Amino acid sequence: MLNTFVVYVENKPGVLTRVASLFRRRAFNIDSLTVGRTEKPEVSRMTIVVDADRDEALRVEANLYKLVNVTYVENITGKSSISRDLAMIKVSATHGTRSDVLELANVFRARVVDVGPETLTLEITGPEAKIDTMLEVLRPYGILEMVRTGVVAMRRGGLKTDEAAVTAAPETGAGTAAADDNVSYSV
Amino acid sequence: MIKTGAQILWECLEQQGVTTVFGYPGGAILPAYDALKYSNIHHVLVRHEQGATHMADGYARASGRVGVAVATSGPGATNMVTGIATAMLDSSPIVCITGQVGSKLIGSDAFQETDITGVTLPITKHNYLVTHASEVARTISEAFYVASSGRPGPVLVDITKDAQQSTCEFDGKPVAPQLPGYRPDLSPTPTEYKQALELIHSAKRPVILAGHGIILSGAMDEVRQFAERNNIPVGLTLLGLGAFPASHPLNLGMMGMHGEAWLNTTIQEADLLIAFGMRFDDRVTGSLKTYAPNAKKIHIEIDRAEVNKNVKVDVALVGDLKAILRELLPKLKSQERREWLAYIDRLKGDVAVRDIQNLPDNGHLYAAHVINDIWRQTLGSDTVIVTDVGQHQMWEAQYFKHEHPRTLITSGGLGTMGFALPAAIGVKAARPEAEVWAVVGDGGFQMTMSEMATMVQENLKVNIAIINNGYLGMVRQWQEFFYDRNYEATPLLSPNFVKLADAYGIRAVAVTQRSEVVPTVEMTRKHKGPVLIDFQVEQEDSVYPMVAAGAALHEMIRRPNPLEETAADA
Repeated sequence: MLNTFVVYVENKPGVLTRVASLFRRRAFNIDSLTVGRTEKPEVSRMTIVVDADRDEALRVEANLYKLVNVTYVENITGKSSISRDLAMIKVSATHGTRSDVLELANVFRARVVDVGPETLTLEITGPEAKIDTMLEVLRPYGILEMVRTGVVAMRRGGLKTDEAAVTAAPETGAGTAAADDNVSYSV
Repeated sequence: MIKTGAQILWECLEQQGVTTVFGYPGGAILPAYDALKYSNIHHVLVRHEQGATHMADGYARASGRVGVAVATSGPGATNMVTGIATAMLDSSPIVCITGQVGSKLIGSDAFQETDITGVTLPITKHNYLVTHASEVARTISEAFYVASSGRPGPVLVDITKDAQQSTCEFDGKPVAPQLPGYRPDLSPTPTEYKQALELIHSAKRPVILAGHGIILSGAMDEVRQFAERNNIPVGLTLLGLGAFPASHPLNLGMMGMHGEAWLNTTIQEADLLIAFGMRFDDRVTGSLKTYAPNAKKIHIEIDRAEVNKNVKVDVALVGDLKAILRELLPKLKSQERREWLAYIDRLKGDVAVRDIQNLPDNGHLYAAHVINDIWRQTLGSDTVIVTDVGQHQMWEAQYFKHEHPRTLITSGGLGTMGFALPAAIGVKAARPEAEVWAVVGDGGFQMTMSEMATMVQENLKVNIAIINNGYLGMVRQWQEFFYDRNYEATPLLSPNFVKLADAYGIRAVAVTQRSEVVPTVEMTRKHKGPVLIDFQVEQEDSVYPMVAAGAALHEMIRRPNPLEETAADA
């Protein structure tokens, strides 16, 4: 199953290589990895989606923690969180199909970001599944080009992700996960 | 005061308590070597950078202090790779310092440029590239802290030539590490302690699996109290040997592929395994599918990533072993376990005990005899044995009884040939008062025998016992057992080791008869300088018992009937 990890790392050269090297070295399967700045200049934040069973996911977490430049790791799979992927999709759009494509874009709340004589380029943001569905629907029209950013994710609720679990003992896999109560369910 | 990066480097090493480094100079590290004149640190010139890393490793394992190796960029740095990987797999705290081309040249494929931080990324606990003098002090402070804390391991610090030459203000005060993401100080929850104690108290057939972590944590006394209080027998991993006294009635010896048959059977029949600072290596478990099928498992381990990696456990206590045992001991009940211990005693008696007396005394020289004789001769003295990997290593583990920690130093996880001689030199440098023996095969010895010159130049007395069987013995054994005796590429021609040692100014003698072993060992111990002994042993002897790779732990290949073997030899 897919596990989503939120990983805080020191914003230093080579840290991405260390994380990527770990996944290669331990033969963990990365589905997607995003990295970017955070509210603190010295910290970068990664969202890593890994295809792993429960035991393997715990090993991913423990191994990430072993990296000296990793300051915080949380597996947010199954926890109340928001995850978003962004895609740009260039679809073939002729006279006959253009309005259909536009209508579909509307349904998915995608934005048109470029119009060419024979193409429409759509931008869509949402959970991965929503984008997958839209791609499926657009496929018959002809997808000429597509790019996705990979998932970024964040816990819901008042506490920041790294504060929410700092007090909890790291899970070893031998016990059970702590209950997750400090969340709200607003959209 | 304004100082160069090179000067700061040595000063910081001194602050860390470093007195000896093992290294080899070259272009990119020359500024550092030039600044050595301001330092009291003793530099040991090695003959190959791999030797420097093994020496630092031996130094660290013998003393518990961080070992330091120095090399130049490019080939100097890449030659360290094997030694770094060895230290990584055996959790040995070493700091490797390499020179790097000037920071402006990085990425240009300059002369002797290698991306050594990239190369060593997966085989170091952490590594650094330093490009300015102002980063040197903090980096060295962090490198030593990371190498020696938590689960120890190698750290590499790559310092560009301009970082060594550039200057900055340095007041000589120690700089604290700034490592927000490094938390080596984990500890278990009260619930986990309680669960562990419940499992122990309700177990009928428990066994302790004692690993290297005991020695690294310094928890020998605690482990002993724990085992004695609850009468739990103790099996040891290869790197755990010495963590629990060999002569202790609860000691069952070494486990695993070439472990004691009764111990492997004990593990398979146990209802509780209590692992202390060990990582269920494949050489210890045999087939995981059939490993200790009826046992609950408690894993006390400092590295959370080891938990549930190979063997799924019921309770994991993650943290420093000594601290955890101190927490458990006051709550640990005294239990007798007479039935279980009596059963294990019967196992010991019932099985064809691998005893040195079972070896035919037909005048041939057996490695087991040699090692057992060295043990008997050195009994009660402060002796450290350093081995390579292979048959001689397993015979050492079986026939040399280690009472104290840090008296067996061996390449366990990586199984590095050529480790013994340089590591032994490092051991002797760390503990000059100890008697140090490098026990090596004829194959492994030839990989790093150039370090004999280092030993002579440094005036260090390391005794070298070559277990010379004319084969790459362990590989030959596998060919005998699993490849139809097709001895492809294992017969090994060696130089005349006695003449070779003579060329280095080392006293040497060849031994071919058992009767010569004790007098030669006596002479070796008395002689002031190093002695090399070429023990020309039985060529096609094998290590028994043996659990074939992937077989269940109790399925052991036993030594054939010794009487038949004698007849065949005659």
